[in-house]
Amino acid sequence: MSAVLQVENLTTFYTTLRGPVRAAENVTFNVGKGEALGLVGESGCGKTTVALSILKLLPSNGKIVRGKILFEGKDIVKIKDKEFRQEIRWKGISIVFQGAMNALNPVFKVGDQVSEAIKIHEPRMKKEEINERVAKLFELVGLDPGRADNYPHEFSGGMRQRALIAMSLACNPALLISDEPCTALDVIVASQVLKLLREIKEKLNLGMILISHDLSIVAETCEKMGIMYAGMLAEYGNVMDTFKKPLHPYTQGLISAFPSIKGERTRMVSIPGIPPDLLNPPTGCRFHPRCKYAMDICIKKEPSWWNVEKGRYVRCWLYEKG
Amino acid sequence: MADALVEVENLKKLFPVRMGFFRTLVSRKQLFVHAVDGISFKVKKSEIFALAGESGSGKTTTGRLLLRLIQPTEGKIIFEGRDISFIPEREMKSLRRKLQVVFQDPYESLNPRMIVETIVAEPLRVQGVHNPKEVSEKVVRALENVELIPADEFLFRYPHELSGGQRQRVAVARALVLDPEFIVADEPVSMLDVSIRAEILNLMVNLQEKFSTTFLYITHDLALARHICNSIAVMYLGKIMEMGTVDEVILEPLHPYTRALVVAVPVPDPTMARSEVVIKGEIPSPVNPPSGCRFHTRCPSYIGDICRTKEPSLIHVGGTRFVACHLYGKEK
Repeated sequence: MSAVLQVENLTTFYTTLRGPVRAAENVTFNVGKGEALGLVGESGCGKTTVALSILKLLPSNGKIVRGKILFEGKDIVKIKDKEFRQEIRWKGISIVFQGAMNALNPVFKVGDQVSEAIKIHEPRMKKEEINERVAKLFELVGLDPGRADNYPHEFSGGMRQRALIAMSLACNPALLISDEPCTALDVIVASQVLKLLREIKEKLNLGMILISHDLSIVAETCEKMGIMYAGMLAEYGNVMDTFKKPLHPYTQGLISAFPSIKGERTRMVSIPGIPPDLLNPPTGCRFHPRCKYAMDICIKKEPSWWNVEKGRYVRCWLYEKG
Repeated sequence: MADALVEVENLKKLFPVRMGFFRTLVSRKQLFVHAVDGISFKVKKSEIFALAGESGSGKTTTGRLLLRLIQPTEGKIIFEGRDISFIPEREMKSLRRKLQVVFQDPYESLNPRMIVETIVAEPLRVQGVHNPKEVSEKVVRALENVELIPADEFLFRYPHELSGGQRQRVAVARALVLDPEFIVADEPVSMLDVSIRAEILNLMVNLQEKFSTTFLYITHDLALARHICNSIAVMYLGKIMEMGTVDEVILEPLHPYTRALVVAVPVPDPTMARSEVVIKGEIPSPVNPPSGCRFHTRCPSYIGDICRTKEPSLIHVGGTRFVACHLYGKEK
């Protein structure tokens, strides 16, 4: 499996009046063709910042401070904005945004919004060809092509989410990022959308990054997962092993905080405390104030990105030797 | 079986659809949103009763009806043996001492200009407790009960100085300060992060055990309902589809809708077989709900004309279980 995307030590800060917000720090992962990576974490842990950094869509106060983002071997941090816009965004990497209800423009027809991306990226394409492509995209995501002339308000939540997915696929990207694809959708509709994403990934052999706060969605959809905490990856590895034997105390806590509908009725376990403020993150390991295994070294020194076994990394002093 | 604290009989709430001036001239009929359309259930004393369903199924409306925050169109709400469905607002006020609510969003439900002490003391003031010593004692006790300890540290803070979990605790403390019998918790954790969600839910279970407070827990998350509730009613388009104890309903769902809901819930275990979605489409509009069984348009076990023409009633199928479906019972 060749990697579509390799992220190495990605560090993104936001400058604010009160100082830099360290939203993502030393994030390292890779995504292969036909592979889905789940990025999990609580709100404010930097998941969306990572996605926006990859797409170079950071707000004006956000900046990639360090690190490399290699897309098909090319470092996109160094590419000029104009070139990135013309060559990579949407044609190479596209995104399905959070909040299906509000991501479409209410005054344009859905079909026109989908074709907009094609028109911009392939200006020489004929109108009939574009319409044909839109119809195909609609079919691919399970929408009736005849409804391309409808306006967003005539679509239900699930249909809007499907239209957004169609839009993201308009220019045949190699990597699809989907940011919380299921928030604001009902369980049944959400599971339909997830099934669609899985099918599309298989069919088009896409690399996919699925951002979610819901571990169970990642468990059902992805092959690999990274758990983020306070701007850093706490743990990274394949889904099976991570669930079977979570290494980082935060991952362990998160998994036990997630009730399963199957199995025994148990009392839920929570992780005491609250996530830290990224303006002024704790010293050493960022999880130490909430960690039940915290040792002296955890407070003093930041753990490194430790390779535990093949393909599994963790940032925790419990595993690091030496 | 324990006594029912709250009993609901054939409760209905229709909201009129507002139409433009010309539409009212043209159309003769006033349209209604059938938010809650004839439901009956009993909440036993000191249990946590879950009301589950997709958005638009009428679960929040039911919660608000029980507290008489909105007027029912029809039906009966019986609280402690007394019909409260149409009693005047003045009598209702004294009853509200016993009926409290925790809203969904702790970022919206607390007044940002009040300190915690004022927020929690407000119900006392409304109910005519003015003795400062008594008020402050009760406020401190309520804060301690929701584990905001030491209470002194929180009394003079503003909501923006608290985290989401702490805010929701303040909201629970506000509901508790009057020692209510019955608390409606409307999706109390849907706005909170996963790692702190369990705290609030465990808090509810603790309160139920400690003070035998009765909860109506409104939720869309069946996995959570399973872990903290005793009984559950599953709603669809303003109707109860299935009802019973949580273990029975979720482990062996009878109604095709409940089955679909249970299957659709993702499981945090990658070794489990991936769930297959069995039903298509989305919830229809409650303005013009489907005839017969409301679920027939999406039902995978549609058994013929009867589903389309005749509405199944909620029948008792043994034990604590009720189901509204033509597949069961003698109604065939």
